[in-house]
Amino acid sequence: MHMADALLSPAVGTTFWAGTLAAIAYCSKRLKETMDEKMVPLMGVLGAFIFAAQMINFTIPATGSSGHLGGGIILSVILGPYAAFIVIASVLTVQALFFADGGLLALGCNIWNLGIYPCFIAYSLIYKPLVSYGATPGRIAFAAFISGVVGLQLGAFSVVMQTLLSGRSELPFGTFVLLMQPVHLGIGIVEGFATAGVINFIKSARPEIFESTFSARPLAADISLRKVFVGLLIAAVLTGGMLSWFASTNPDGLEWAIEKTFGKPELPEHTQSIASSLKKIQESTSFLPEYAFKKTENTEAPKKEEAWPNVDAGKSLSGVVGSSIVIGMVLLIGFSIKAMRRRI
Amino acid sequence: MFDTEFFNLGYLDRLSYQDTFIHRIDPRIKLLSSFMFIVAVVSFPKYAISGLLPFFLFPVLFLALGDIPVRFILKKILVVSPFAIFVGIFNPLLDGQPVLDVLGFTVSLGWVSFASIMLKFSLTISAALLLIATTSFPGICFAMQKLRIPKAFVAQLLFLYRYLFVLMEEAMKIVRAREMRSFGKRGKELKNVVPIIGVLFMRTVDRAERVYNAMLARSFTGKLYSTKPYALTTTDILFIIASAGLILLFRVVNVTALIGKWTIG
Repeated sequence: MHMADALLSPAVGTTFWAGTLAAIAYCSKRLKETMDEKMVPLMGVLGAFIFAAQMINFTIPATGSSGHLGGGIILSVILGPYAAFIVIASVLTVQALFFADGGLLALGCNIWNLGIYPCFIAYSLIYKPLVSYGATPGRIAFAAFISGVVGLQLGAFSVVMQTLLSGRSELPFGTFVLLMQPVHLGIGIVEGFATAGVINFIKSARPEIFESTFSARPLAADISLRKVFVGLLIAAVLTGGMLSWFASTNPDGLEWAIEKTFGKPELPEHTQSIASSLKKIQESTSFLPEYAFKKTENTEAPKKEEAWPNVDAGKSLSGVVGSSIVIGMVLLIGFSIKAMRRRI
Repeated sequence: MFDTEFFNLGYLDRLSYQDTFIHRIDPRIKLLSSFMFIVAVVSFPKYAISGLLPFFLFPVLFLALGDIPVRFILKKILVVSPFAIFVGIFNPLLDGQPVLDVLGFTVSLGWVSFASIMLKFSLTISAALLLIATTSFPGICFAMQKLRIPKAFVAQLLFLYRYLFVLMEEAMKIVRAREMRSFGKRGKELKNVVPIIGVLFMRTVDRAERVYNAMLARSFTGKLYSTKPYALTTTDILFIIASAGLILLFRVVNVTALIGKWTIG
């Protein structure tokens, strides 16, 4: 479910980084305003708790495989969505660095997919309203379950969109969605049950944890629906703007993706204009005009052109020879440094 | 299984405290150059292969100069490869247009783009791993703070890092205890796991309370300070200029094709 660097284009990767950084900055500001300093160690230790809890795996009923707890909803319930988002972002950062889950460019996408959706959509728009009518164990279980499933579904869909917009994969939209959503529905259902169970367990054993952190804090104050929508709108506009600017460096993948997914009879009207305006912006802003970037602009036969030199035997031979020499040189440099260091 | 995961985490952390040329470079410089590297690699078009090869110079330099065991890094890359393979493997299946013949085999365009994805995958993942293996985690946090990442987030990262090992050890004890008392899949049912996680959670909250009290006892006022001051040196400046120059060169000029042309004539 972690997005990977290799499947991203720079445009998509940097755009989601921008969105994620904006969210981190906003949440940090909110925390500074409302937080008492007691939250600092609590957030840190709960981040470590998410790692620890993910180690305790459980069997998924009726199948042989095992699952573990995703923390978005639990953290939001305990800490409120802003602090929870910061904690999740930190957990994913550590995962990206130490476990190499996804990579550094994809980290922006991953924080977005696994942080924004559970904390600000699933929790704020589903869990909270459902529980606000009275927090009986049954209602909490139901709310946690539904919000867990929805959060993960949105995240999975987001992965599909990011892959598609990047245009590195050949998977058509329909197939990819049909692969991702059911798999994550299964995971989401299990996670939802686990989340519901843990929340109810803590609530029955130590209800004061909820009272001290959840309801009494202004931190968890409800964010209105309108604010969320305005935020999403701004994010969308930003995304569009950034995307088209960055797209100039690499129009190939983006256009391919748009064509491939919407280029069928049921093409929505506005995509045409997006594609053409992208092209216009790209023409006017492309930097290093004579070089490789702009060469890809020729969309008539981008596939043939970008392929390994060509079908032409002489050219492909030079490609193979060049590649072996480059790999050989790189390895030689590495080994000789190693050898020299050993001698010293 | 996660005994090894835990061991890996600690091992990677230990590697980052070595003292080599690469380790001594300022964290800010390494963070920035890693990012440039990744963006340059990812910006290659879908069917690029030869142009990506020179970029392997960077991980090789980091491995050699930083005294990082190659096998360890390769193993970690392999462990996380399934998602990229899963998505990438559809390219050969869906895009069968033949492009070139290598020794009698016809290679389709799909395989070319799949190979490109896997090359990019190994380059970007090794960049992330080598960054952490040659820069300590607190070093990266310091760099982030200097690069204007909000303080609350940086503080959160530092706290998480501090307690990660403590809590993972605690979870490891719990799982070991469970494994000793159960056989096969027993004891792993959701109804047994929920109380385990619940108790771990409550212990965690109590720990946070104790940590906070200890911090107060040491006159915590809500601010965090870094004890290790970093200063940019001439070497750092030269390093960033050299790496930026090389990255740009490799991105703009297809060095592989050029060398191939020269040798063949």
